[in-house]
Amino acid sequence: MSEVPRRSERFVAREARELRKELLISPWPELGLVAFDGPNDPEPELVVEDGRVTRIDGRGPDEFDVIDHFLALHGLDLDAASEAAALTDEALAHQLVDVDVPRDELVRLSRGLTPARLARVVSMLDPVELMFALKKLRARRRPANQAHVTNLKENPALLAADAAEAAARGFAEVETTVGVARYAPLNALAILVGSQSGRPGVLTQCAVEERRNLQLAIRGLVTYAETLSVYGTEPVFIDGDDTPWSKALLAAAYASRGVKVRFTSGGGSEALMGHAEGKSMLYLEARCLATIRAAGSQGVQNGSISCVALALSVPGGTREILAENVLAAWLDLEVASGNDAIASHSEIRKTAKLMGQFLPGTDFVTSGYSVMPRRDNTFGGGNYDADDLDEWLTVQRDWQVDGGIEPVGEEEVLGVRGRAATAVQAVFSAFGFPAISDEEVEAATHGSDSRDLPDRDRAADVAAADRMLADRISGLDVALALADAGFADVAEAVLGMQRQRIAADYLQTSAIIAPDGTVEAAVNDPNEYAGPGTGYRLEGDRWARLRSLPHELDPRALANGGTDGGPPLLAELAPAGRGDSPREVVVAVGPAFGDGLRETINGLRHEEVLAAVVAGVREGGAEPRLVRIRRSSDVAFIAHDGARLSGSGVAVGLQSKGTAVIHRADLQPLDNLELFGMAPLLTLASYRAIGGNAAGYAFGEPVGPVPTELDNFARAKLIVTTTLLHARETAAIVPDAPAIDVTLA
Amino acid sequence: MAYADAVEFDPTRDYPLGRRRPDLVTTPSGLRQADVTLDALRAGTVDGDDVRATTETIKRQAAVALAAGRMPLAENLLRAAELAAVPADTVLEIYTALRPRRATAAELEAWAERLERELAAPRMATFVREALAVYAQRGLLAVHERSPAQV
Repeated sequence: MSEVPRRSERFVAREARELRKELLISPWPELGLVAFDGPNDPEPELVVEDGRVTRIDGRGPDEFDVIDHFLALHGLDLDAASEAAALTDEALAHQLVDVDVPRDELVRLSRGLTPARLARVVSMLDPVELMFALKKLRARRRPANQAHVTNLKENPALLAADAAEAAARGFAEVETTVGVARYAPLNALAILVGSQSGRPGVLTQCAVEERRNLQLAIRGLVTYAETLSVYGTEPVFIDGDDTPWSKALLAAAYASRGVKVRFTSGGGSEALMGHAEGKSMLYLEARCLATIRAAGSQGVQNGSISCVALALSVPGGTREILAENVLAAWLDLEVASGNDAIASHSEIRKTAKLMGQFLPGTDFVTSGYSVMPRRDNTFGGGNYDADDLDEWLTVQRDWQVDGGIEPVGEEEVLGVRGRAATAVQAVFSAFGFPAISDEEVEAATHGSDSRDLPDRDRAADVAAADRMLADRISGLDVALALADAGFADVAEAVLGMQRQRIAADYLQTSAIIAPDGTVEAAVNDPNEYAGPGTGYRLEGDRWARLRSLPHELDPRALANGGTDGGPPLLAELAPAGRGDSPREVVVAVGPAFGDGLRETINGLRHEEVLAAVVAGVREGGAEPRLVRIRRSSDVAFIAHDGARLSGSGVAVGLQSKGTAVIHRADLQPLDNLELFGMAPLLTLASYRAIGGNAAGYAFGEPVGPVPTELDNFARAKLIVTTTLLHARETAAIVPDAPAIDVTLA
Repeated sequence: MAYADAVEFDPTRDYPLGRRRPDLVTTPSGLRQADVTLDALRAGTVDGDDVRATTETIKRQAAVALAAGRMPLAENLLRAAELAAVPADTVLEIYTALRPRRATAAELEAWAERLERELAAPRMATFVREALAVYAQRGLLAVHERSPAQV
């Protein structure tokens, strides 16, 4: 019989943690499972003959794949190339983090760099350097964020309510998609009405097949698209059923209809699709980004995106993803920096990854923050969701960093949700679509997710969606229906989005729209960070707004609680002298005990605490004597002063918040016999035992310490309260005042 | 109107056009942003298909992009300006033709000619011909007809 070797229980416990649901792998470069420096990554090379690019990164025209051809024709600025050729990789890398080299200069140089050179230079930066470079290179001055709004039932009232909440929380873009393709017009309609109910100017999109998407755009139902995927090897590009030319045509087609376009790319996608050609994730992403810039896209969502967990499986994955974002910003592209697909089961790990984008700030910190609980996220997203909002807001407040989400109180959220759901209800009614019931509006306003909503007749909804296209219902019709139903402001906001299409200002790089309709883009709100005191800084009104969380408390209000204003618990007798009975144990209390403060941090009334200690002392055979220490609020001095007055030399010191010490006169003040720092866990039984032990010490008996519990979270939970209580004890100090004998009043 | 004629468009200063130069932006039928109101919708004087950017406006956006140093974006917007006047279905047909192995060399060349002659889209025509040459080299043309390049 073989014996199973005993396992380490700590290893077993760690294996059970969420993190271990993910696989970590050693690099397998041949499959593209390597973050940086793939074995087939080419040496950087750029040859120009007679004004034409003839070699890129180890390949000549006969070996060019479709991406090389596109880059040779559209992707390189030859003046910048000759300038960049004179600089070493080290010099370029240095300039990326040199605060005195302006963004414009770096962007100009980037236009002369091949993908291999871009990847090589950026891979020289460590994580903090990458963050700094990203902060400097971001296109728009002000960072922003994008929301995902979907639900499993494709319920229009819930979509509208979530879009409205997203808008009210400050998201600049709201993205939805469909479970069933034919729903697209209805979902686009719901988030258009919802978003404009929450805040005018929010850009919206419905991620669907391109032809359908373009139809929705032409009708003025959506204003942006980010469905244009690009891959870093020819076989994967072709498997994606596109070429750089077809994608570029599509980009122009969207722009021609007034649709803001952002491409999508990300490390790991080529490996996932089986044709990484032995090249690293970063190098292939550099090829994607060069192609995207060459195609004339204003921006990209990148940073591994839906392959994030694959990038994180290999060493350096988090750094590689950040390097991707830096490359995109360096190429002057608007960056929506991922953090939408679930990066990890581990909250620690995914948030560690987030910091790379969150701290420097990107044009859109996430490419989709799930405003609703992630179970309703049909993008397969929800890296951060509705339940995480308070954490996100708190981390913004902790770092004084703008992550693009604003705190909004419950009442206001219910208000915008209800209004949006009612507005879309009215629009459905006006168009003769299947009615949205009051019950649905109510559930969409107050519920948690689509399980809280009644089922709709999905066949009827799909028929309505078809009719919407057949009848050519447009954003103008939506505005009119809203106006007729009495939603004048929402109607005006929807109409405002239609007017935006006439000027097409949001086709410029990094464009978002302010509530008053002003387009803010890299053109008129450029990031000009040049060191401390410059660029975007979270301060002034915006900082005041982001730091004021609905559940933030006023410590002054807190500090005034805890007293019932009744007569003091203790009557003061006379200045205390040293006792002469060896049976005497002094119970010394702090300056505010039973007066300005009436209970411990654990909610125990001071009279009960005192009674318990006194009873314990008596049970131990000693004689208690009550003294108030007035000169100090420190528990060590309260106890030690008491001990010096005690006939036995032993005293129990009690702070008003409940912290207790057993002390003896011959010890140094900061030494002690027993210290009970865990006041939140002390019960009346504990105080009684403390009294009993003090008596034992007074008689010189062997004493076993009072059993105490340990809660290492008590400090995190109660340190503010502790501070406020201690401040009040300290305020009651009478400097240099002698201790005074007291008795129960 | 005198104002619009008097003050030339300055791509370095006039962005955002909707705010800075509302005099310059109109719908294809000539409506200004301020004309698109709820009252106008009720009166039926606004056509849904008309509320969009003109070729001229998108060209101005291209000029803004160029002035900001964004050459490929400007090129893209100039292609978009050409496509603004092309019917959406036609645009989607061109898109389909440019996808891998959808069109033969002759078909792509036919699109280029149509873009050039019929649709007043010379940049797009050049773009399609450029694709044609590369597709021929990379085997990305449709196989149901042997293109000259594949011989």
